[in-house]
Amino acid sequence: MSSLLRLATAGSVDDGKSTLVGRLLYDTKSVLADQLDAVTRASVDRGLDTPDLSLLVDGLRSEREQGITIDVAYRYFATPQRSFVLADTPGHVQYTRNTVTGASTAQLAVLLVDARNGVLEQTRRHAAVLAMLGVPRLVLAVNKIDLVDYDESTFEVIAKEFTDHAVSLGYPVGEVLSIPISALQGDNVVTRSENTPWYTGPALLEHLETVPVAPDPHDAPFRLPVQYVIRPRTADYPDYRGYAGQIASGTVRPGDEVVVLPQGLRSTVTGIDTADGPLGEAGSGNSVTVLLDDDLDIARGDLIASAGSAPEPTDELSATVCWLANSALRAGSRVLLKHGAKTVQAFVEEIVARFDEQQLRAVQAPESLELNHIGQVRLRTSEPLPADDYRTSPRTGSFLIIDPKDGDTLAAGLVGVGFPALGDGQAASTDGQGATG
Amino acid sequence: MTAEHTAEPVAPGSGQDAAIDNLAALESEAIHIFREVAGEFDRPVILFSGGKDSTVLLHLAIKAFWPAPVPFPLLHVDTGHNFDEVIEFRDRVVEKYGLRLVVAKVQDWIDDGRLTERPDGTRNPLQTTPLLDTIGEHGFDAVFGGGRRDEERARAKERIFSLRNAFGQWEPRRQRAELWNLYNGRHRPGEHVRVFPLSNWTEFDVWNYIAREKVELPSIYFAHQRDVYLRDGMWLTEGPWGGPRDGEDVHTRTVRYRTVGDGSCTGAVESTATTIEEVIAEVQASRLTERGATRADDRMSEAAMEDRKREGYF
Repeated sequence: MSSLLRLATAGSVDDGKSTLVGRLLYDTKSVLADQLDAVTRASVDRGLDTPDLSLLVDGLRSEREQGITIDVAYRYFATPQRSFVLADTPGHVQYTRNTVTGASTAQLAVLLVDARNGVLEQTRRHAAVLAMLGVPRLVLAVNKIDLVDYDESTFEVIAKEFTDHAVSLGYPVGEVLSIPISALQGDNVVTRSENTPWYTGPALLEHLETVPVAPDPHDAPFRLPVQYVIRPRTADYPDYRGYAGQIASGTVRPGDEVVVLPQGLRSTVTGIDTADGPLGEAGSGNSVTVLLDDDLDIARGDLIASAGSAPEPTDELSATVCWLANSALRAGSRVLLKHGAKTVQAFVEEIVARFDEQQLRAVQAPESLELNHIGQVRLRTSEPLPADDYRTSPRTGSFLIIDPKDGDTLAAGLVGVGFPALGDGQAASTDGQGATG
Repeated sequence: MTAEHTAEPVAPGSGQDAAIDNLAALESEAIHIFREVAGEFDRPVILFSGGKDSTVLLHLAIKAFWPAPVPFPLLHVDTGHNFDEVIEFRDRVVEKYGLRLVVAKVQDWIDDGRLTERPDGTRNPLQTTPLLDTIGEHGFDAVFGGGRRDEERARAKERIFSLRNAFGQWEPRRQRAELWNLYNGRHRPGEHVRVFPLSNWTEFDVWNYIAREKVELPSIYFAHQRDVYLRDGMWLTEGPWGGPRDGEDVHTRTVRYRTVGDGSCTGAVESTATTIEEVIAEVQASRLTERGATRADDRMSEAAMEDRKREGYF
């Protein structure tokens, strides 16, 4: 059975992300003949001598016209070692929200910089977002190394500056790898390049194929957000009542003592059903239907948790948010908050601080949070929510902020505090538990 | 080198073995999506053509709500250019699972003048109007489709919950951020959401899943003898959509279909694969994507699919 690695790419405009992704697809033979024909035709139309591999991934007409990537593109490729789901995310500042989208489930992120420009504001911002989301591992791909004549000291300066930045965001030095590459020429992408004899590390694909993927911890507390109550009321199943959902964390077995939140009702698991038959045990990521001993009033939006380690429902949340909308967030705003399978009204009581990801410091009590800002807020919700800290349970520690007027997603929210500069003295989650689901 | 690299070779028995089986993970993700829609929308519907992707979609819906029946109807936009085997299969599936089927016939729209037949006789692009009219007429607010991101470049950028405006149009620049597994299905009256539970599946995953779950498919997916003629490098079959033109010779070939679409523009591939296992071996060895090999409608321009999606196509 081949394993799966979810990864995201990020970087600034013109760093060559799409070319790198095109190169990975091309060199892993994931590009089929007709796709390459189409790209070759389009490249000739544009007056190019060789196929422009970025055309493999820049899917929207306006992207091809402007030569930039606007939206997250999902790519699927495989080698004999591993299957990859790759989220190729945009570099333009106004599309950083899409970087957040692409990275929220990533187990590793590849950040690109142009060897001629080095670490930019956007690089630092992306690294901060990745740290906040708890993406466990970073790769810095120093691209266009051919354009600086494969110069070792240029690479070393960029790698050191980036590694220092990542470490200050909470990454252990061993989880940050810098690789000199040329996406256009193929240096160090799939195979190690003879043009960089001073570089002794792995080629990018080699690293992606072998980097360990942290499995969900087996002993994490059980969490099941109830999505849907299954009540067939058919002749065969007149009294069946099952609670359907995808296990967010931990494992469950028949006989386990559970508590239903926010009500606080206690019960015992009597069965775990699937269409393929009952299970003796089910773990994180599985969609199941849980049966309980008692006839309780449980609805969509409730959380079934292990009785021994259940979260305390609260209507006061302290959270880090990444603001994704053009309109600013101000204290006093009324919003909707979606957590698990529940959407409630919420009131923004206070914007505590904004994280300045350039200077790595907190700006206390800002007036507002603007597009792409990361900040610490206090929220009050209309009903108590059984939320976990994001760092211990990302699936039950994350939420969306939604505009009640038009339904747009305004922010990504993480329960708890994600930055050393934002006050609690703890580093961002880099322990392999974050955002791997 | 400044940063240490962590690329240690991974020995068997280390943490990687704990990785969840890829197909099981994709199935759980799709079931989660079906249940979210059932929980949040008033009138969902599943687009069902009888093709392999929509058949897998229905299989997943049945599993998501078992032992209760699927709480949504099916919608088939019927071009009139059908393969008999597929319509027979569609009706049998509907009967077997006690489902409700809504059929929107392109012919009805042509008959009353809301649509005009194209000079080339192809009806695939004509499906958009009947689809949007039917969505509006029934008040469907969530529409499940079998689209996958690996199919095509524009699809690669689409969200799993994809908001359509009151004109049924996809606006790529207004897509919502989609984070973790938290899906935002809010929409205003008149808008609807297209939902793609198979977004993260590849063609290969779909076939492997069909084999593993023993999902029944229409017979045209497997090799059979058929009278076909060659047009634009594709083997087309005779039918009510018009037959071979002058100079297009009819041959009897052993073929199968990789997709099910409008008969006028869906080509067969030469194949001897009569079992799922043989089909999988063929897909694995194939040098052409399924759309590129067999769908004339995607060859029209560099942005053919994007343009149709903006208009409200599947």
